[in-house]
Amino acid sequence: MKRKEDARFIRGQGRYVDDVQLPRMLHGAVLRAPVAHARILSIDVSAALQHPKVHAVITGADLAERGMAWMPTLSADVQAVLATDKVRFQGQEVAFVIADDRYSARDARELIDVEYDVLPAVVDSRRALDPDAPVIRDDQAGRIDNHVFDWEAGDAAATEAAFAAADVVVEQDMLFPRSHPAPMETCGAVADFDRVGERLTIWCTTQAPHAHRTLYSLITGLPEHRIRVISPDVGGGFGNKVPIYPGYVCAMVGSMLTGKPVKWVEDRSENLMSTGFARDYAMRGRIAASREGRLLAVAVDVIADHGAFNATAQPSRYPAGFFSVFTGSYDVAAAHCRVTGVYTNKAPGGVAYACSFRIAEAVYLVERVVDCLARELGMDPVELRLKNLLRPEQFPYESRTGWVYDSGDYERALRKALGLAGYEELRREQASKRARGELMGIGVSFFTEAVGAGPRRHMDMMGLGMNDGAAIRISPSGTAQLAISVQTQGQGHETTFAQIVSEELGIPPEDVDVVHGDTDTTPYGLGTYGSRSTPVSGAAAALVARKVRDRARIVAGAMLEVAPEDLEWVRGRWAVKGDPEQGASIREIALAARGPIELPEGVEAGLDAEAVYDPPNLTFPFGAYVCVVDVDPGTAHVKVRRFVAVDDCGVRINPMIVEGQIHGGLTDGVGMALMEQIAFDEDGNCLSASLMDYLIPTAVEVPDWETGETVTPSPHHPIGAKGIGESATVGSPPAIVNAICDALEPFGVRHVDMPCTPSRVWEAMQGAR
Amino acid sequence: MAGSVQVSVTVNGAQKSAEVEPRLLLVHFLRETLGLTGTHVGCDTSNCGACTVHLNGEAVKSCTLLAVQADGAEVTTIEGMGSESRLHPLQEAFWEHHGLQCGYCTPGMIMAAADLLQRNSDPSEHEVREALAGNLCRCTGYHNIVKAVQAAAKHPNGSSAAPQAPDAAGREAGESVASQGLGA
Repeated sequence: MKRKEDARFIRGQGRYVDDVQLPRMLHGAVLRAPVAHARILSIDVSAALQHPKVHAVITGADLAERGMAWMPTLSADVQAVLATDKVRFQGQEVAFVIADDRYSARDARELIDVEYDVLPAVVDSRRALDPDAPVIRDDQAGRIDNHVFDWEAGDAAATEAAFAAADVVVEQDMLFPRSHPAPMETCGAVADFDRVGERLTIWCTTQAPHAHRTLYSLITGLPEHRIRVISPDVGGGFGNKVPIYPGYVCAMVGSMLTGKPVKWVEDRSENLMSTGFARDYAMRGRIAASREGRLLAVAVDVIADHGAFNATAQPSRYPAGFFSVFTGSYDVAAAHCRVTGVYTNKAPGGVAYACSFRIAEAVYLVERVVDCLARELGMDPVELRLKNLLRPEQFPYESRTGWVYDSGDYERALRKALGLAGYEELRREQASKRARGELMGIGVSFFTEAVGAGPRRHMDMMGLGMNDGAAIRISPSGTAQLAISVQTQGQGHETTFAQIVSEELGIPPEDVDVVHGDTDTTPYGLGTYGSRSTPVSGAAAALVARKVRDRARIVAGAMLEVAPEDLEWVRGRWAVKGDPEQGASIREIALAARGPIELPEGVEAGLDAEAVYDPPNLTFPFGAYVCVVDVDPGTAHVKVRRFVAVDDCGVRINPMIVEGQIHGGLTDGVGMALMEQIAFDEDGNCLSASLMDYLIPTAVEVPDWETGETVTPSPHHPIGAKGIGESATVGSPPAIVNAICDALEPFGVRHVDMPCTPSRVWEAMQGAR
Repeated sequence: MAGSVQVSVTVNGAQKSAEVEPRLLLVHFLRETLGLTGTHVGCDTSNCGACTVHLNGEAVKSCTLLAVQADGAEVTTIEGMGSESRLHPLQEAFWEHHGLQCGYCTPGMIMAAADLLQRNSDPSEHEVREALAGNLCRCTGYHNIVKAVQAAAKHPNGSSAAPQAPDAAGREAGESVASQGLGA
């Protein structure tokens, strides 16, 4: 089915935040810190205030008077809205100028004079805990270091015992570098405060409008029922638009101060410098095996760079997200991980860019060390994987770190991918090319995802259980409006959620409209990220439709003058058992439900229903990827020539949309593996603050994607569907890096850190020669 | 408004005039002065191409031109590409082949593709990819965009990227906003 939402986007009739124009609307611009770490000695805004088009300039001191200079983060830390005492990363928010238009706001921003006392910066996360490292968070009483948390999972003693007894142990250090989701649309907001009614309406780029509403209430002190968050069309999120940002809060305060709507839309450089980054895990992985290649144990130690404020978006009890799924798709007897989070003088973030709460890092770790082990054993990496993949009869499978994988048929998916790629033929081609001095590499990754957070007893954000609601209204003429608590940023919810309802109720999908993004008109829920929409909200949509169907059965019984038990659901209508001619469709029942018909006692008129879904478990989609690269022996340039992706996300609601999600994610993988890095110099200057330096793939850097599927439904999901949105982003980087290391085997190169730019690959080739 | 100058541009077939500052970027003139918000801004360094429109029939990044530079010119935006009743073949093809997701790059992508098809009515996959290298997309992985452009090329009217009858809705939106004088 073609997408409903395309009709407006292809005509330029989408409505994104910066398209919102309100009468009397003003524009805000943020003044940012030019250095990574400095005490603020003074801020002089007088010249800016004299600018004829300026209405207000807000500083940290102004916010402090209202108790709003600091705001809570999604990781129980606080983050400065506007800096008061000192700045802690380059690009941090220092002041907010409100003017008639965006040009004047930027003019006036240049007139603010800030005096800084520059301090040494903490840049390398691996040195952040050195005794002489400057303390970044001296706002926290008694703090003497940059330590954020220690967290571990698995059984350390059993794992060490397994390593001690193993035939073969391989250890590899690797950095999953800091990257950025860089959605094409940056973050922005239009805040409109009604001083008389004390109501705040805020249009903003948010993936979680309801959670934002709750946070805005906490920050502003406004009662939550007087805050309306509207997330209109969103030009891509990729996890970048889950947290709240100082710009949103400044727009709100600006509207409260001026009594007029205030728009704030950040530039690309601001987006890259100050909003939620991704990854930045320095990992030491270890893997143990028998000589025959039976995996015995995996262990990993991580230094996690969280930047200056711990604003990581993740369930409260998971400070390293779901990193503990790092045993991947393999049956290992022992596993242990330890993650240490540290503060550095960089922007906050960490969980973003389709990582499914750190699973991108986990999958990269395990798929790299498995390849390193294969090299050590002199074994084909495919053979090693086939020997150790979980078998279908082991599901539901409880991993050594406590995850219960719902379903999987891994070998089938891997063999399908190998068949599509022509793996044996590729190895022969590689052998003949090597003989000629050409560098061709073949990389394989097999991953298991964990998406659909999550069960309320384990998972919450800021104390909000990670459940989602759905509400459906059936009109008397039999059309439907489904209101959902999640918020699409391009993933096609308006289409796929209509398909779910259509399938459940027999209403054509064009007669089902999906309402989302407006907290006044949609049920409460936690939003779209972590590929959780289909697992959680998709389940809620199916269940709320089933509630309608159950009520419709009672109404149909009254219409047909039979007992509801004597009706069965056949091809989208309730029909009398044994007499299928006698029946009623939802369309007919919808009218009767609002009509003068006498309903049984206790049955309300209409067919409207609501549901909140608390998932019993996550869903565990999986995939088998094969990547072929050519490396230029002269320039060390890497070309991804082919990429085969077999994904299994259970039941596919809309195969076309699933494929599109995979294509996008594979492209993320090429970006991360080859091009993308938010880099810093030793003073903490951000070296990747524009698209001139932060390179994302164009149509030229990616191949035509080759995809395949298997279908292993989730047994616990109402329609057997699993999430898919982040699988390809999670699964593709190790396939590409494995391919590059495979190509460089003649040079003895075992590992190259991402991004594998020509200079990096060149250095690796030289170093090992 | 100190130092404002008069600019007259034919946008999607209709004459538009406004007093603007010389420094006003064409993309802001289109979006804010005329209310044609299909054209988007995705970067500040001229890399992303979300702001691509046609200036006198050729694709340009409207974030990298001043509105005054378009004085006397003909500009076509995404709103001018199809009519209410009839989509441009590229619009149809992007829809049919799922060449968009969030939709933010789509207007610029379609304008860049239209420029290509005017010059090359039967581009190879490689030629499409090269021609769109100035347009970044974060959602689609480009695969379906390439398919859509090649499908549009095969359409009987695919290479006629000249704007069709100006879209009535787009023109009205432009006029009503322009009359409020919201331009910088």
